[in-house]
Amino acid sequence: MTIRARVTGAFLAAVLSTTAFNGAFAEDTIKVGILHSLSGTMAISETTLKDAMLMLIEEQNKKGGLLGKKLEAVVVDPASDWPLFAEKARELVSVDKVAAVFGCWTSVSRKSVLPVFEELNSILFYPVQYEGEESQRNVFYTGAAPNQQAIPAVDYLMENEEVERWVLAGTDYVYPRTTNKILEAYLISKGVKPEDIMINYTPFGHSDWQTIVSDVKKFGSAGKKTAVVSTINGDANVPFYKELANQGVKAEDIPVVAFSVGEEELAGLDTGPLVGHLAAWNYFQSVDNPANAEFIETWQAFTKNDKRVTNDPMEAHYIGFNMWLKAVEKAGTTDTDAVLDAMIGISVPNLSGGYSTMMPNHHITKPVLIGEIQADGQFETVWETPGLVVGDEWSDYLPDSKDLISDWRAPMSCGNFNIATGKCGGKGS
Amino acid sequence: MYRFIQTVLMALFLTVAATPWVRAEEGLRDLVNALGEAKLSNMDEHIAALARTGDPKVVPILEALGEGNLYARKADGQVFLTDGTGSKLALTDPVSGDSAGEAPKTALSKVKVNNSVRRAVRTALGSLTLLSPDRDARLKAAKSVLQSPDADALDAVENALAAEKDAEVRALLEQARATSLLVSDRPVEEKRQAIRMMKQRGGRDALPVLSSALGSADEALKPDIEAALANIEQTQALWAAGQNVWYGLSLGSVLLLAAIGLAITFGVMGIINMAHGEMVMLGAYTTFLVQEVVRNSYPGLFDWSLAIALPLAFLVTGAVGFAIERGVIRFLYGRPLETLLATWGISLILQQSVRTIFGPTNREVGNPSWMSGAFELGGLTITWNRLWIILFALAVFAALLFLLKKTRMGLQMRAVTQNRRMASSMGIRTPWIDALTFALGSGIAGMAGVALSQIDNVSPNLGQGYIIDSFMVVVFGGVGNLWGTLVGAFSLGILNKFLEPYAGAVLGKILVLVLIILFIQKRPRGLFALKGRAVEA
Repeated sequence: MTIRARVTGAFLAAVLSTTAFNGAFAEDTIKVGILHSLSGTMAISETTLKDAMLMLIEEQNKKGGLLGKKLEAVVVDPASDWPLFAEKARELVSVDKVAAVFGCWTSVSRKSVLPVFEELNSILFYPVQYEGEESQRNVFYTGAAPNQQAIPAVDYLMENEEVERWVLAGTDYVYPRTTNKILEAYLISKGVKPEDIMINYTPFGHSDWQTIVSDVKKFGSAGKKTAVVSTINGDANVPFYKELANQGVKAEDIPVVAFSVGEEELAGLDTGPLVGHLAAWNYFQSVDNPANAEFIETWQAFTKNDKRVTNDPMEAHYIGFNMWLKAVEKAGTTDTDAVLDAMIGISVPNLSGGYSTMMPNHHITKPVLIGEIQADGQFETVWETPGLVVGDEWSDYLPDSKDLISDWRAPMSCGNFNIATGKCGGKGS
Repeated sequence: MYRFIQTVLMALFLTVAATPWVRAEEGLRDLVNALGEAKLSNMDEHIAALARTGDPKVVPILEALGEGNLYARKADGQVFLTDGTGSKLALTDPVSGDSAGEAPKTALSKVKVNNSVRRAVRTALGSLTLLSPDRDARLKAAKSVLQSPDADALDAVENALAAEKDAEVRALLEQARATSLLVSDRPVEEKRQAIRMMKQRGGRDALPVLSSALGSADEALKPDIEAALANIEQTQALWAAGQNVWYGLSLGSVLLLAAIGLAITFGVMGIINMAHGEMVMLGAYTTFLVQEVVRNSYPGLFDWSLAIALPLAFLVTGAVGFAIERGVIRFLYGRPLETLLATWGISLILQQSVRTIFGPTNREVGNPSWMSGAFELGGLTITWNRLWIILFALAVFAALLFLLKKTRMGLQMRAVTQNRRMASSMGIRTPWIDALTFALGSGIAGMAGVALSQIDNVSPNLGQGYIIDSFMVVVFGGVGNLWGTLVGAFSLGILNKFLEPYAGAVLGKILVLVLIILFIQKRPRGLFALKGRAVEA
């Protein structure tokens, strides 16, 4: 009897909450879509971002919501399945009528949802570092473009470590391939000889790194200082670093600088033997300032785990979310066109102690930090850019894109304006 | 009166004698405190200044600096050695070595280090500890001098060489002397001898030294260096082939471990078990749990954690396998498509439950000390964890073979899989044997998970990476034949590793797949096909 009563109660509650979801109280809330994989291969990285968004929304509601209404999170699970991203994005925008979507991790998932956001005229905030070569009217890129991560990292190695030989190692997909293409062009423009660059790609989830690590050692024994620039993504990093440690590749001899390894990825590793290997990001959990301390405290309280770490894409969502709040307040409405106009020029505090501004190319300004891995799994900043760096969507080092610029302000309103021909439209349109 | 004069004289003498000592100590303290204010860019000058004092007290200070355990007190700029953990740090005075109380981390600022500082520390420590009474310290010192050849260190190396008795340290010192000699301004003849010596010794370490010397060397020396380089490169190429075989064996052992459980469930029982990878994953998570308990309660047992995890992983995954067989698979015998779909569903359920319980992120499974690092065997670098995994894979294989061929249970298993009705008529409880066989296959997969946790991620996706490879090995080796699985795993491993340097990892893998498809076209039953009536049954 009691069991039945409880079941009925639960059922009623479920029915009630679904109705709430489907718009019975729609007038009272502003909906925010969260499009991150909660299952499948990318769940490892994206689940954290979903939690971070839920926390940000909860915190904002405690402060009284937005435009006098409460915010409501709508979470969907695209399950690391790229076409499903497009489907779920369509569902969020046309069924749930969300005001903006925060989501995606891999470039291929972003490319898959682009047409949906364009067609339905909604807004996507994309929080992950990516290869650039894109600027879309409906997307705000709060992660780093190559000039905000890869190029400063290479500069650091060239100046401070006097590196002359380069191994560009990456996972075989669009982000590492494009980044390495940009880096190769950049290195050659800096006078590095082509035979001093070794490029290596591995499949997703590669777990046997013996040959590659020993190749790196061999490549590094040519009498010139050698470094590895790693765009290895996801699960493959742990076996890669384990093999580095076991084969005794020390950071003092052959440093590895990674663009996809953050605090979360290091959580599964004993970092003792890896001290000194590098990562380039726009934020580290170890950055010492009050805003960051508060953010970490809120996060650990929200997840009820005092060991949970924060990372760069979380900071990107923090910036993107606050920018969106400000833009909506400025526009006085969540209407897409008004918000798109209001976004440009919005400036909010970031967690590394400064302000980030949304530029006309829909990328933001960020500081670039180079950190060394410490024995406790954190990074220690050893170098940072003196000021903020503006995200450059079209790389100046690729022949195809060096003439392109993006400016979404009227009257230009173009994501790929060719300054050589004076026309809008070109590669990547 | 006389006594008074004596005392005064004595005191005077003591003061005079003691002053330089006190001054040296103060000088050292100033040098150490200067570290607290130094910038990363001029740190190496400060380190060199410390090293020049030649004071043995500098050694622990530099070691602490290299490990990031040197902190400056914000209040007065005093620099202390610390233990580096916790929110309160115990301070040690760097000069006197006395304890200087405790301080909260917020009142201290860490003396920053980066790779170039660590390199400077390593070089400085190298020349400081060359004459240390501790053999390991001397060995380390000789290695660090070898890694960073320095003309200034040459005299120190030669002094150390004259005093050194230990053969291994001597050999390293001789190499270090040769490398440092090459960058010094010693006469050409001495350099030529050094080159000859390096040519004789060979080794990859000599390559960078020689090739960087080639650019700046005397014209008369260039042919010698080139000859030495060519010689060393040739021997290295030979060793590289050997190294490839080793890598292949090691990859093969991983494949064998992953596939051997499947060789039972798929090979012997004929169940297409898509949840096989998840058994591996559960084994790895069992290791994680065991290590958590050991870390928190019995830290002294950490090196034994894998030995403890092994039987537990076998029991846990064996039990899960048993439950899957009793709960799902037994209703689906003879319906391969349904089995495939059902086990695939189970694999998703297991993945998602692990993700819900343990979270989606990687879990840290540590390597016990006997599985960390590497050793050199001739020109081969052999990592301990790979060596143990090869041995473990072979041991599991041997144990399984013994179980199947020599025990009563093995006999019953073979009987049931070869002719179920006949076995049943002979009084064997066939459903029971089915369940036990499946549990055995799953349990072995769990044990494989313990080993794989040492080289791979412990995440909910762990198993997915191995499922395809496992099927590939079993099909290639010949379904139903354990020896086929062994030979299949090792030949695929070696083939992969010989293709990889030429074709790259991505293309290498594709080529292996293509070759297997071609092979299966030619021999549909794999390397070691079962013959006789059992095949058709």
